[in-house]
Parts: sequence; C-alpha cells; structure tokens
Amino acid sequence: MPVSSATGQPEWSRRTSAEQLLAWFCWLALAAVTIAAWRLMTKDTIWEFVLSAPGQAADIGSRMFPPRWSYIEKLWWPMWETLNIATIGTLLAMLLGIPLAFLAARNTTPSFYIVRPLALLVIVASRSINGLIWGLLLVSIIGPGPLAGTIAIMFRSLGFIGKLLYEAIEEIDQSQVEAIVATGGSPLQVIDYGIVPQILPAVAGISVYRWDINIRESAVLGLVGAGGIGLQLDASLATLAWPQVTMILIAILSAVLLSEWVSARIRHAII
Amino acid sequence: MTVAASKVRHWRRQPFIESAWLRWGLYAAALIYLALAFGSMQVNWVRLSEGVVRGWRFVEGFLHPNFTSRSEDIIIGLRESIAMTICATVAGIALSVPVGVGAARNISPRPVYYLCRSIVAVARSFQEILYAIFFVAMFGFGTFAGFLTITFATIGFLGKLLAEDIEDIDAGQVEAIRATGASWMQVLNFGVAPQVLPRLIGLSLYRFDINFRESAVVGIVGAGGIGATLNTAISRYEYDVASAILILIILVVLACEYSSSHIRRWVQ
Repeated sequence: MPVSSATGQPEWSRRTSAEQLLAWFCWLALAAVTIAAWRLMTKDTIWEFVLSAPGQAADIGSRMFPPRWSYIEKLWWPMWETLNIATIGTLLAMLLGIPLAFLAARNTTPSFYIVRPLALLVIVASRSINGLIWGLLLVSIIGPGPLAGTIAIMFRSLGFIGKLLYEAIEEIDQSQVEAIVATGGSPLQVIDYGIVPQILPAVAGISVYRWDINIRESAVLGLVGAGGIGLQLDASLATLAWPQVTMILIAILSAVLLSEWVSARIRHAII
Repeated sequence: MTVAASKVRHWRRQPFIESAWLRWGLYAAALIYLALAFGSMQVNWVRLSEGVVRGWRFVEGFLHPNFTSRSEDIIIGLRESIAMTICATVAGIALSVPVGVGAARNISPRPVYYLCRSIVAVARSFQEILYAIFFVAMFGFGTFAGFLTITFATIGFLGKLLAEDIEDIDAGQVEAIRATGASWMQVLNFGVAPQVLPRLIGLSLYRFDINFRESAVVGIVGAGGIGATLNTAISRYEYDVASAILILIILVVLACEYSSSHIRRWVQ
C-alpha cells in the first residue's frame, strides 16, 4: 500500500505515483480519442435538425396517440408469421448448430488443425453479422418473404448456439466419456451416451434463450422485407400512419413480454 | 427398466416424459404446428431456384471480395461507424453509471429506484433499430441519430447489469465504510465501486463490441455508418463489394474481441 511521509506524518493514498501517472495518461488518451471521434462523427451533422428535435418529438408523440386499436385485426396474421419465423429459424439453427458445436469443441473435434478453425470461423462470421444484415442479404438472394427471414434468423442463431454449446461441451465431465469408451462403445455411442446426456440441459436452455431473442429480431426483419410484423411497421412508417405504428409497437411489446415469460418458465422447468 | 419376454434383460433409456399419452400428444402437437408453420411460409419455388444462382454469386463474391471499386464509400462508412461506436460507448457508460446506481435497490431511495428501473426497462424493450427509426425522425438523417440510438441501448444494457451487480455486493464492506462516518458519495466510491468495477470494465468492453455490430445496422434506416454503404451494395446486387464490407465488419469484431480479452486480463 503506497504510503508517503512527505509532511512528516504517514499519508495513505490509493496508488503509487507511477500508477497515478499511468492512470492519468490512460484517461488523457481516452479523452483524446473520444474528442477526435466526436469531431469526425458530427462533421456532417446539421445542428438545426438536432435543435428542432424536441418540437419534432412532441409532434410525433401527439400523432401517435391514441393508438388505432382496430388495426389489431390486421396484425394477427403477421404476428403468427413472426412467431413462425422465430421458431422455425431457431429449430433449423439448432439442427445445424449442434453438429457445428461438436466440430468446434476441443475434445470432440475430428481434426484440431483443419476442421476446428473452420467451424470457429463459421461461428465468428455468423455472430458478427446482425440478423438484419443477414435479412438484407437473403431478401436480395431468395426474394422477399418469411422464408428469407427464417433463413436469416437461422444464420444469425447458428453462431450463437454453436459458441455457447461448444463451450458447454468443452466443460463436460470426461470420466463419463471414459466409462462409455471402456465398455467398448463406438464413437457415436460415446457421443450418444457419454456426452449428450451431459449437455442436454445446456442445449435446451440455450435454444429457448435464443428463441426468445429471435422473437424480438423477427419482429423487425420486415423492415428489410423479410416477412413478419415488421412489414406492417415499414408500410405504416412510409405512409406516416403514426396511430398504426403505436398499435404495432404495442403488439411487438406484448409478444416480447409473452415470449420472455414463456422462455423463463421453460428454463425454470428444465434446469 | 423393462424385461423382454425371452428372459434376456434389456435396458432402455427412461423417456423424458413419463406418461406415454402426454409424450405422443406433444409430438403430435409439434408436428401439427410445424406443418401449419411451413404452410405459412409462402415459398415461391420459381423465385427460390433463381436464388440458388444468386446465392452462388454471393459465395463467389465472398471468396473474391472487391475492396477497391467502392473503397472511398467503404472507408467513409467504416470511419463513421467506428467514431459512432467510440462516442456512443463512452457516453453510454458515463450515463449508465448513474442510472445503474439509481436502479440498485439496496443503495438508492425508492422514487429514484423506480425512475431508473423504468429508464432501463424502456431502453431494453425494443430492438435498437426501432429506436433508430424514431431518432432519425426526430434528429434527421446521419450519424447523430445512430449515436443516440446506440447510447440509449448501452444505458439499458449496462444499467441493468450494473444494478444487478450492485444488488449482489457484499454488504459488510459497505457497512465498514459507513461506520467510519463516510458520506454517501464516499460509501459509493470506497465501498461499492471496488466490488463492481472489474466486472463493469469487462462488460463495457463487451458492449463496445456489440455497439460496433449495431453501428453497422442502424445505417439501414438512415442513421449513418457502414450500414448505408452495405445496404446500397446489396440492393445493387454488388455481392463482391457487400462481401468486402462484411469481411471488414468481421475483422473489426474479431480485433475488438481479441483486444478486449487482453485488456480484461490486464485490468483484472
């Protein structure tokens, strides 16, 4: 503990002077970088628009209320579609993500130097790219509609499920695997009886968690044309139908809250 | 455990759900749901077969990314995205600390607690892109709207996690500081902060990473950054340029993850 006695009395301080200097320098660097970034960012900002924001906000707010409740009748089908996009997308991602996790986990990968880096690359690529960007890409490749949304959700979830699951596989109890090997189990039997029972709770937890996230994501995929309730949102925004926008936001919020509740219940029941 | 008729004992795994009726009922329900859900997909097979060709072009583009033909747009977009990420992360952390402290049940008064909790709840209830739409409508097109969106989302994320961390701290240390006659600020500084700071730093670095990914998306609705460039490239079917941008995004994310794990090890 740094104690100085410059004044005759021992005096306690939090850091030594070298540490103090280093900390100060780090703060200085952070401030400099932030100011540089700020100047770069606001170079093209039109401050008149920014200053008029409170007026704009009040204007939009007054247009948004009251919500157009009757519009809910046109939202049931898009909501159903949103649910399907999220659910089937999650199922497909699990179908592909579970084998991917086995390829990526250090203790189950067939080859450490070729297959594992490839699997990790797939995981990183899938995770780095947002669901909406996958949506944009797939709409341009296979055309607009819920199918593009489903595949976008699948691509985005693949890396998430793969990453969490391969970490779970790496943390299993090796002695159970050895026990199955000792009985003469084939590699597939080792996976089936030695590894799968250990990771099953993780699989269930991860997929329900991801399903919950996917409900949120599939609600906005329509903004890029990939089906679901986002399509209605996009159309209402384009026609400045703010009361409908409010209604859609209420619908999305209730779907999100419901899915959060369902996933919490399922996770509670399983784990 | 079931015994077969031929006196040879066979072991079978216990089914996950005990009652056969419930089990088969659930399977049937799942099948019916899947059939209905696939029915709602409205698959257009003609369009899909065209898609195979386009998909292949995208894969080709990914193998031969084109960094040069739109390099200027890419550089501007990427620079905007990174600047936006830095500003939004710094501002988000600065604002999420008071919100997080306020949203911790054990150290803040009730009215402040409810206020901060509702800020966190509002910031977390929708996808970032929906907030971006509203910020663009209010503040006009450009990076400033994106900056506000990401800052707001950061407050929701860090505020919630910080509040939960503070609620979980060891109360003994806080009491010890309070017993010396410390003021509320001093309790916060010497009793609470040392316990939550390491995790806050880790979470902030993680959030930087998320914020960069988000900054690549808000451009789709006109809030600046690389997303706008990417959107243009994809809508022009320039898959080689789009792949180049995607590869750059992946590289920046990788660099962030790699350096943040180093910084975390160094700090903790």
